[in-house]
Amino acid sequence: MRGSIDRLFSGAVVLVLTLFSGLASADWALNMTQGVTPYSQEVYGLHMIMLWICVIIGIGVFGAMFYAILRFRKSKGAVADTWHEDARVEVVWTLVPFLILVAIAFPATRALIMMEDTSGSDLTIKVTGYQWKWSYDYVDEDVTVYSTLAANSNAARQLDSGINPADVPHYLLDVDQEIVVPTNTKIRFLTTAADVIHAWWVPDLGWKRDAIPGFINESWALIEEEGTYRGQCAELCGKDHGFMPIVVRAVSPEAFEQWLTEQRADKVAERAAEARDWSLAELIKHGEQVYNDNCTSCHQAGGEGIPGMVPALATSEVLAGPVSAHAEVILNGRADTQMRSFAADLSNADIAAVVAYKRAKWGSADALLQPAEVALLRNTGSLADAR
Amino acid sequence: MSTATAHGHDDHHHGPARTGIMRWLTTTNHKDIGTLYLLFSLMMFFIGGAMAMVIRLELFQPGLQWVNPQFFNSMTTMHALVMIFGAVMPAFVGLANWMIPMMIGAPDMALPRLNNWSFWIMPFAFTLLLCTLFLPGGAPAGGWTMYPPLVLQTGAAFPFLIFAVHFMGISSVMGSINILATVFNMRAPGMTLMKLPLFVWTWIITAFLLVASIPVLAGAVTMLLTDRYFGTSFFSAAGGGDPVMFQHIFWFFGHPEVYIMILPAFGIVSAIIPTFARKPLFGYSSMVYASASIAFLSFIVWAHHMFTVGMPLAGELFFMYTTIMIAVPTGVKVFNWVATMWKGSMTFEVPMLFAIAFVVLFTIGGFSGLMLGITPVDFQYHDTYFVVAHFHYVLVTGAVFSLMAAAYFWLPKWTGHMYDEKLAKLHFWLSVISVNVLFFPQHFLGLAGMPRRIPDYSVQFADFNMVSSLGGFAFGLSQLLFAAVVIKCIRGGAAATDQVWEDAQGLEWTVPSPAPYHTFDEPPPEASIVGGMR
Repeated sequence: MRGSIDRLFSGAVVLVLTLFSGLASADWALNMTQGVTPYSQEVYGLHMIMLWICVIIGIGVFGAMFYAILRFRKSKGAVADTWHEDARVEVVWTLVPFLILVAIAFPATRALIMMEDTSGSDLTIKVTGYQWKWSYDYVDEDVTVYSTLAANSNAARQLDSGINPADVPHYLLDVDQEIVVPTNTKIRFLTTAADVIHAWWVPDLGWKRDAIPGFINESWALIEEEGTYRGQCAELCGKDHGFMPIVVRAVSPEAFEQWLTEQRADKVAERAAEARDWSLAELIKHGEQVYNDNCTSCHQAGGEGIPGMVPALATSEVLAGPVSAHAEVILNGRADTQMRSFAADLSNADIAAVVAYKRAKWGSADALLQPAEVALLRNTGSLADAR
Repeated sequence: MSTATAHGHDDHHHGPARTGIMRWLTTTNHKDIGTLYLLFSLMMFFIGGAMAMVIRLELFQPGLQWVNPQFFNSMTTMHALVMIFGAVMPAFVGLANWMIPMMIGAPDMALPRLNNWSFWIMPFAFTLLLCTLFLPGGAPAGGWTMYPPLVLQTGAAFPFLIFAVHFMGISSVMGSINILATVFNMRAPGMTLMKLPLFVWTWIITAFLLVASIPVLAGAVTMLLTDRYFGTSFFSAAGGGDPVMFQHIFWFFGHPEVYIMILPAFGIVSAIIPTFARKPLFGYSSMVYASASIAFLSFIVWAHHMFTVGMPLAGELFFMYTTIMIAVPTGVKVFNWVATMWKGSMTFEVPMLFAIAFVVLFTIGGFSGLMLGITPVDFQYHDTYFVVAHFHYVLVTGAVFSLMAAAYFWLPKWTGHMYDEKLAKLHFWLSVISVNVLFFPQHFLGLAGMPRRIPDYSVQFADFNMVSSLGGFAFGLSQLLFAAVVIKCIRGGAAATDQVWEDAQGLEWTVPSPAPYHTFDEPPPEASIVGGMR
């Protein structure tokens, strides 16, 4: 805390110095991005029209007002008029704004119709929000990507981490696995969520759309320039709402096809890994990473949980109980608590690994659960005769 | 207040029937209850303000230095609830209590016992709400909008939140019924509706909005309660419900609520500007009709708070058109205020300074509101700091500045003393400068892509956040000066005349300063009622 006070003070000093040094090296972005889609450019244009209309009306109204303030002062001997009613001016200043609004409504309606037309897309990506990460299903392409806050940002964002965010590249706007999309292709995004409402927003695409559990929303984008575009969740979704960024890398359609092929190959390798037997050491090693990526935001790095909200792992009955019940909690979640199901975003190997890691660290490192057994649990609901 | 007996035409009257704490607990006097409301809201203003300071402190620089994200979310949630339901709304009810009977020549409110009860519910409501800060799992952190499913993850604080909202709602509805009953039944002979001061008019409209919208909120939060504890699934898609339905119901309350917090402000500014311009209010009747139009429109624009939930195109178009239409009656009001100043004979005492700042800064908030109403662009603005900047311009430099103006305007009538003009001017200038340093950069942050309700941000947002925080600390500290001026004024100061301000007009300025405990036991002479001025 004392460090924070020092930083607060030095921050103030730095600010004053910066202001006096002609805003050198500071990022003082003032305006909306123009973005990289036809729609985002339409939105930017509308935004600028609205801004200028407001500025011009503002100059007129405030100008008249400040003229009156300077001119009609009692101290300057101004004598009050009795003019206090005039139907003609009332009609004028009702009708003129009305006509301006009607004029604005035309381009705004056109832009909205354009946005809502999701027909004729060449690629569909289903975006699912979780507390607190995103998943992306490339529909009909057999590719799924889970995207979590990058580890270096995650380390730096802990309370009193001692890491300067300025030293972390793309602090809070970087993920472990970015998604890749083709340029000059109409992409349809379907947004939904698994737990609470999130909102998927990449400013360069020109829109955000809520991801609502039980509902699927449609939007689209046609990215014209290759590049990496970053965004964030835009709907309050709990504790780590600020820590579920989005990274979209747009590449040429050919490079995109190649990326899809690589993803499918990775998936094949993953399935092979799930079929073989793992050693305990292997599982624990992999489990530590799974734990850090998925569990720490609630259970904390040391497993201490959050008093009143999330139980501590060291005293957990689940960790002391049978290994299959432990895996089931992770697979199915717990009703009426914040422990959600991880069936969709963790592979069988991930679950076997994180069970092994947690039990080795906080529970009884008794029985070893293999990925193949998790698959059995997942598919049949029990280990049946296997144990 | 006990000086009431000193005034000749009131000498058959007495002051409060009881003394000490029992006076305040059992009072049915509109002036006592007005005072209670105003002091309560001042206290809540500082509690909510302290929460805002925590928020700005954490956002001073990137990285988490002071609080964890869960507590940060509690702060944003509680700041909004405390400021909306605890500071702004009760302050306007307090002003209504104090001023409406005096403005319409009535001896008191129509339902004095109900009046006592509607105030004394408030401390209970806020005890319930604020004690959640000390419960396991912490205070509510799902946002003041209480969207499910997130709000259903609230810990032990959940039922406290729901019942606190219920109590606040009951208090508001009772207060509104009282105001309506008073204005419609207790006007002095000759005080026709179109002679009412604009402040009374805007409160009539506000009271109708409250009576119509608060029960809707009560219904929505009750459904949350049964979803959580009694197995219903109104808002759970898994059980056949719809989380978006909550948002529709909430904002059907929430948008009228926005005008509940600004219409009385319009009334205050319409009283102050003519007084210090020494000229009748321009376009009195068009001001009344504009206020009524705004109130009507407020019921058919709600979904502009939720353009991104994925409505059908026809719905998005409808709510865009109705929303931007609000600019027309609001513009009429602003133009009328400027026309009131035109060819006036202006002086710039502190109430006038706050009123002028209100007109300028509220209009800036109105401009950003118009921009937000354009649906396709809102897909970018929505849930960013641009929205935060917008509603703080209309609520802080709008509603709160009008309350400051009202306090300075009527303090001499309430206390019998003039406030310290020098100190008050200092308060004004510090506030008006710091509030812009605080909120104006937030427009830029939102446009550059910073979402609202996040405890930490990417380094590209660092500079403007630091500026905003410094403005925030300065604004917060400046409000201590306001408390100092009020306390100083209550304790003493130059004696105020009955009329207080050179061109003050209306029945409240015909009674002595301080206003005696009972006023207008006999209706004022009809000749003293001049309408259409304020």
